[in-house]
Amino acid sequence: MAFTVGLYGTAFGAASVAAGLSVLQTCLLSLLTFTGASQFAAVGVVSAGGGAAAAIATAGLLGTRNALYGLQMAPRVQLRGWRRILAAHWTIDESTNVGIAQEPLGPAAVKAGFWLTGGGVYLFWNLFTLAGALGAKAIGTPEVWGLDAAVPAAFLGLLWPRLTSRATRIIALSAVVFSLMATAALPLGTAIIASSLVAVVAGWRAR
Amino acid sequence: MLWLIVLGTSLVCFTTKVAGYLIPERWFHHERVQRINALMPIVLLSALVAVQSLTTKTHLVIDHRLGGIAVALGALLLRAPFPLVVLSAALTSGLLVHWHLG
Repeated sequence: MAFTVGLYGTAFGAASVAAGLSVLQTCLLSLLTFTGASQFAAVGVVSAGGGAAAAIATAGLLGTRNALYGLQMAPRVQLRGWRRILAAHWTIDESTNVGIAQEPLGPAAVKAGFWLTGGGVYLFWNLFTLAGALGAKAIGTPEVWGLDAAVPAAFLGLLWPRLTSRATRIIALSAVVFSLMATAALPLGTAIIASSLVAVVAGWRAR
Repeated sequence: MLWLIVLGTSLVCFTTKVAGYLIPERWFHHERVQRINALMPIVLLSALVAVQSLTTKTHLVIDHRLGGIAVALGALLLRAPFPLVVLSAALTSGLLVHWHLG
């Protein structure tokens, strides 16, 4: 997992610098936002020419699942004060999944799994973000190194395990078609956030 | 504008995480809210894949990136691990640029 997080962090650092953010801005995103898909989305909207509102809204919508993870972890970590804030900040896909997977071993193992994974991913994510940002700054043009294809490929890799049924595949394809039409029809950089409508429409009616 | 995005994204995402620890569970119990929330990552990631590999500004463009994505798709179908998927896409795309094919 550390290797995957490391490579993904490097890809984020490089993509962010390629999108025009400084090394400092890139590292702050990883330190303060610390939720990969949202960070990628924010710099993705920037490189697609979008404004601040579209970037923040897209990243925010992708981050809503972390609230559901928090809901699951709150009764399991049982903390107050600053430790609870830190637990919230480290509540991401990996830490929640590993923590809950330890459930059969008892509450102490759940806490240990959650904290070790959260802390480990936080450390690696930030170190490799810095490495990727410095690397991209050193090499200059992203096209030559295939960086501009690595970012959508990373999104595809994140999407793939979620396409578990025929319904989800149809919805994903609808989102692809909708976003391409929206790119041509709507103001620059708003296509991705507009695509959230597909989720609302598809989720509104019962299956 | 970039600073606004960095700080705004961080604030929104952090607040969302803290909210998960603070708001009552029943708020999320609406079936419709849960369904839409479960579909949101699928839709946004699909849109990001499409827009980032097939468009430049407001135009549809077919170039080296599509070659990279096609190889990534093949790698996923062969159950390749995540790093290999990303690296194969980058390598393909980079080579297409290098050979002036994209």
